[in-house]
Amino acid sequence: MTAAVAGHRDLEAFVRRDEAGKGRLELLVTGARCAACIGKIEKAVRELPGVNGARLNLTTGKLAVDLTGRAADPDRVVETVEGLGYRACLFDPSEAAAAQDREGRDLAIALGVAGFGAGNVMMFTVPAWAGLFGQELNAPTLTVMYWMAAIVATPCALFAGRPFFRSAWASVKRGKANMDVPISIGVILTLIVSFSETILGGQHAYFDAAVTLLFLLLIGRYLDHRLRASARSAARDLLALQSPVAMRLQGDVERGVPVAEVRVGDRLVLAPGDRVPVDGKVESGVSELDNALITGETALVPVEAGAMLHAGALNLSGRLVMTATARSEDSTLAAIARLMEAGTQSRSAYVRLADKAAALYVPIVHTAAALTFVGVWALGMGPREALLRAAAVLIVTCPCALGLAVPAVQVAASSRLFRRGVLVKSGAALERLSEVDHIVFDKTGVLTQGQPHLIDAPRQVIAMAAPLARASRHPLARALAAAAGRGPVATDCVETPGQGVEGLIDGRRARLGRASFVGVHAHASHETEFWFGFEGDTKIRFTFEDQPRADAAKAIADLRRLGLSIEVLSGDLEDPVGRIAREVGIDDWRAGLTPFEKSEIIDGLKAQGRKVLMVGDGLNDAAALARAHASMAPGAAVDAAQNAADLVFTGEDLGAVTEAIAVARTSRRRALENFGFSALYNLVATPAAMFGLINPFIAALAMSGSSIVVLLNAVRPGWRRR
Amino acid sequence: MNILLFLAPASVALGAMGLLAFLWTMRAGQYDDPKGAAERVLYDHLEDLPLSTKAE
Repeated sequence: MTAAVAGHRDLEAFVRRDEAGKGRLELLVTGARCAACIGKIEKAVRELPGVNGARLNLTTGKLAVDLTGRAADPDRVVETVEGLGYRACLFDPSEAAAAQDREGRDLAIALGVAGFGAGNVMMFTVPAWAGLFGQELNAPTLTVMYWMAAIVATPCALFAGRPFFRSAWASVKRGKANMDVPISIGVILTLIVSFSETILGGQHAYFDAAVTLLFLLLIGRYLDHRLRASARSAARDLLALQSPVAMRLQGDVERGVPVAEVRVGDRLVLAPGDRVPVDGKVESGVSELDNALITGETALVPVEAGAMLHAGALNLSGRLVMTATARSEDSTLAAIARLMEAGTQSRSAYVRLADKAAALYVPIVHTAAALTFVGVWALGMGPREALLRAAAVLIVTCPCALGLAVPAVQVAASSRLFRRGVLVKSGAALERLSEVDHIVFDKTGVLTQGQPHLIDAPRQVIAMAAPLARASRHPLARALAAAAGRGPVATDCVETPGQGVEGLIDGRRARLGRASFVGVHAHASHETEFWFGFEGDTKIRFTFEDQPRADAAKAIADLRRLGLSIEVLSGDLEDPVGRIAREVGIDDWRAGLTPFEKSEIIDGLKAQGRKVLMVGDGLNDAAALARAHASMAPGAAVDAAQNAADLVFTGEDLGAVTEAIAVARTSRRRALENFGFSALYNLVATPAAMFGLINPFIAALAMSGSSIVVLLNAVRPGWRRR
Repeated sequence: MNILLFLAPASVALGAMGLLAFLWTMRAGQYDDPKGAAERVLYDHLEDLPLSTKAE
């Protein structure tokens, strides 16, 4: 389904062209690791006709290719890279990604400017602090120092503060106050007070505090951005691997078109291994479909001309020509997508820990600063002193734990999980995951490996059928061949798509495949099965079952130990669901559920006040994934499920789920510790600032000191402890 | 003390040079591919400049 399999696809849809016909093509290349790979790939691609330049980014795995004119053939580029032994697939050029990069760049530049300001302003304020302790620094020199500090700090603070000012302004316009409001007011008020103090020749100017505050907060902001950006790009890579191209027949020519452009009545070609792009009807061809990702059913469904196809099903054995009966957005997916959207909306209403704290914190800080101003003035110390103390309150109470420590905790947590093969999509996802108390598993592809395995057949029977099985690429035949091991292959083999394979074993004609193909009639079964028989001999039946993941039972036991209740919701039939649930040790299970019933059950649990983690991989799980409190999907899941899930785990073991929950809980504990520490710190520092005990030195020290403490707590080791 | 009036701006100017250098590297896309840059120095025939800056 990647461009790799398709071979001769028309890939013009992926080229971004300007008016002159020059184009830019992006490919995701996997397998490149060193300078030699870069050299090989870039050289080979540059030598192609119509290619102007090629550049491989080793960090992101993207190959950017500049095309000079219409003559250039994107397909040749893909073929060339694959010919060198690397896996390549085309990347949809999206504007969103560019905007994302720009935001990161802006933040990095603001961070650089703030760092420059924070470093250089110290040159002038450190001597000023010395003067505060009665050292030799007369008043005129102090004023000169403050002026120099002002010249460095003011432009830096105004430039580096823009992300905060913008966000604060947007939030005020909506009639709300987020964390950036006290930060912005604090910075601006500090600058104003510092200027007025410097002009009046006073002792208290806080130019350094304003810039350092921004510098520290920008570190947090940048970490948060990196976390989101890396998760997003990884998610986009996964999507690119399942490239959204449908093969449209125009006359006799196949053309690749983006799935979104498929119209009703279009004739589409499905090669074995392709997913059905939109709902439709089979026009010609015979094959079998794997509906596991839509309905959760493991039994294969035979189809022939006239059969209905649902978007998302996997075409297994034969080439099909289908007529589209719905556009992409009207396909079976649409109903599920609507459910998902509703779920996502309810989820975006989730209030993050830092925002909860900010909602409490912002009014308290503003009230404290205002009270200080009014109180000090009322006590007859004059408006200048009053303003000074109010500014000091705003500075010492800077919300570093909120702005810096929580992103740092989440970056530490997600990089830990990333090494474990778990992709975290956002910080909020981690927070929700830490609150989970009930887990709902899907069966197929989550508890199980999602592939058929041969069960209970005598060795000599397997050996008899094996030569024919080895000659077929049908998934059941492959499972049979895997059970038999290496050995001879049948001769004169002919594979009939959707039926089976026929060939000669030791000179005897034999068939392997569906019951009717082998010659067994009037046989109905709900089990996944394959028949084998020599011509005119007794027929043998093989049955297949999905096996649980190797560590499923252990992972379930571990999850119980974390205090979680567990249940299985599956769209598959009673028998296989019950068997797998028993094998992995889960007593609560329900079978035969539709996607809508699944999400209703999740809603029901929510109504009971349970915080549900949904782990699922299919389209039938997507709605439930979106509605659950938190959700995880394996890397082999359909893209809709991966989009709906908060976390995606790659790799074979379910232990990733346990680890993700443990890490999420640790990171929540760390964040709470940081809030506790900042509350304690504010309890001491705020009264001191109100009573005028804080001078610029102490303000700078206290603010940076508290930030460093919360930051160190965030990154300190000990994540393994559960 | 008058020397300060010369030295202080001089040191700020040096710092500003560093900042400008950082801004330039940022805009030139030098942080886009740290892993690739580390490998590219090993061969003479590999191009150093990112495609994006060359094309625009």
